[in-house]
Amino acid sequence: MSLDKATVRKIATLARIDVPETDLESTVQQLSGILKWIEQLAEVNTDGVAPMSGGTDLKLPWRPDAVTDGGKVDAVLANAPDAQDGFFGVPKVVE
Amino acid sequence: MSYVIKGETGQWEVVIGLEVHAQVISKSKLFSGAPTEFGAGPNTQVSFIDAGMPGMLPVINAHAVEQAVRTGLGLKAKINQRSVFARKNYFYADLPQGYQISQYDMPIVGEGTLILDMPDGTTRAIGIERLHLEQDAGKSVHDMHPSKTFIDLNRAGVPLMEIVSKPDLRSPEEAGLYLKKLRSILRYLGTCDGNMEEGSMRCDANVSVRPVGSTELRTRCEIKNVNSVRFVMQAIEHEAMRHVDVYESGGSINQETRLYDSNKGETRPMRSKEFAHDYRYFPDPDLQPLEFDDAFVAAIKSKLPELPDDKQARFIKDYGLSAYDAGVLVAEQENALYFEEVAKGRDAKLANNWVSSNLFGVLNARGVAIGDSPVSAKNLGRLLDLIADNTLSSRMAKEVFEIMAETGNAPDAIVEERGMKQITDTGAIDAAIDQIIAQNADKVEQYRSGKEQLMGWFVGQVMKATQGKANPGVCGELLRKKLKS
Repeated sequence: MSLDKATVRKIATLARIDVPETDLESTVQQLSGILKWIEQLAEVNTDGVAPMSGGTDLKLPWRPDAVTDGGKVDAVLANAPDAQDGFFGVPKVVE
Repeated sequence: MSYVIKGETGQWEVVIGLEVHAQVISKSKLFSGAPTEFGAGPNTQVSFIDAGMPGMLPVINAHAVEQAVRTGLGLKAKINQRSVFARKNYFYADLPQGYQISQYDMPIVGEGTLILDMPDGTTRAIGIERLHLEQDAGKSVHDMHPSKTFIDLNRAGVPLMEIVSKPDLRSPEEAGLYLKKLRSILRYLGTCDGNMEEGSMRCDANVSVRPVGSTELRTRCEIKNVNSVRFVMQAIEHEAMRHVDVYESGGSINQETRLYDSNKGETRPMRSKEFAHDYRYFPDPDLQPLEFDDAFVAAIKSKLPELPDDKQARFIKDYGLSAYDAGVLVAEQENALYFEEVAKGRDAKLANNWVSSNLFGVLNARGVAIGDSPVSAKNLGRLLDLIADNTLSSRMAKEVFEIMAETGNAPDAIVEERGMKQITDTGAIDAAIDQIIAQNADKVEQYRSGKEQLMGWFVGQVMKATQGKANPGVCGELLRKKLKS
């Protein structure tokens, strides 16, 4: 699978990554190369093999429904550039 | 009678599917140990996971899984013993991770059914498409600052069940009944408190129209986050009318997300960002598939409460109530419990009348929940006993009931204190009747010459003379006897 410029432009917008028009062609080449490399996996015969979520036999750990966290508003806001009255302040987002 | 919109060119049918976001009742969040309580100070219930800090890993809350399975069982739905969490990617200020952990093509619960009781006594089965678990986002506050939005992440990561219906609903009324029934089931199960005002149950409606008789599905619009049953019904009505107008004037409908403005009574398009619907779902690499066995499901199933449909069927069978009356009583579990306590060993239909009309009337008028009812089930039961043993006429019982509702006192005490005992002693009634007959010779004459409707007037006079305490049955009987002779 290879990508075109329009697709890469769209993905960049969705990911909020600024890819200048002059870099677009080289980004197309690089991303296409990565996809092509990953596509080698399709060569493996997986007939009769159930889909797996990974190569290890890890199970999803569960935790009991107990309150063990929270109550640390200062730590949560420590890196916020514009914290006010316990809130994160951000530029106005109007619906 | 089905719901039809009469347009210029013909009749139109409306096709509705609902997506309900129901907040799971749990102590802690879906993937973190921060609390879920409503109304705490901003960002006081936030862990580093909820705040989207780098390197933090989500761990699933076992109780949230149980709640989703319990709800699935309550909706008679297929339980998927293997489901997958996926990332739904979008950018918004109140979504610190940049994605919502949700479920996409492998939800925890599959197809189910919800039964609607229509006002005409028939039922309608509405298909449930799926139920999946997901995280809630944070809350944006836009009105505290002229140029800033404030973000509170307390709600971020709270477990939600998104319950999606099939496009089986055909009128605003059915949509309203669906929401009420779903809320009732969730409350019975104890999986969501169903409070739409506080936002613990939110509804998006997908609406389209088509000519009556057609089976096509036309382009739908999604109306987001409507916060009451009444507004959902209004929003659907307005949106369906708008579609009909657009089609009939030769236009076409664009698939879009709209907001309902309840003040103006109209829907308008949300200012949608480009590609807003391109969520690029993919399985969350931080979370292995969610798996459980038959025993896990069986354990939950064995502890399910009696659900509204089953309770309604039992009330019809055991108490001889109509489907409608039974439906009213079972909508809320507390109401059904109250009724059963009153009806136990007594006349069930009479109990239903007192609970559904008199008691609910008082509670609604005062805006009081049944748990805070001034009249306890025990006291209302005693009142029914006093009617049954002729201590009180039904008219006097209403008076006593009003005093009970005011004071919270037991009926026996009220009757004793105010001397309200009904007179069944024929001697006392006899005397009153004799006096009335003696004083109203003209009326007696008219009655005897065939004007029998005067009986009501005579009973009224006797009641007046006894301050309403005469037993109306005894009174009527004695009057008839004396007026004949």
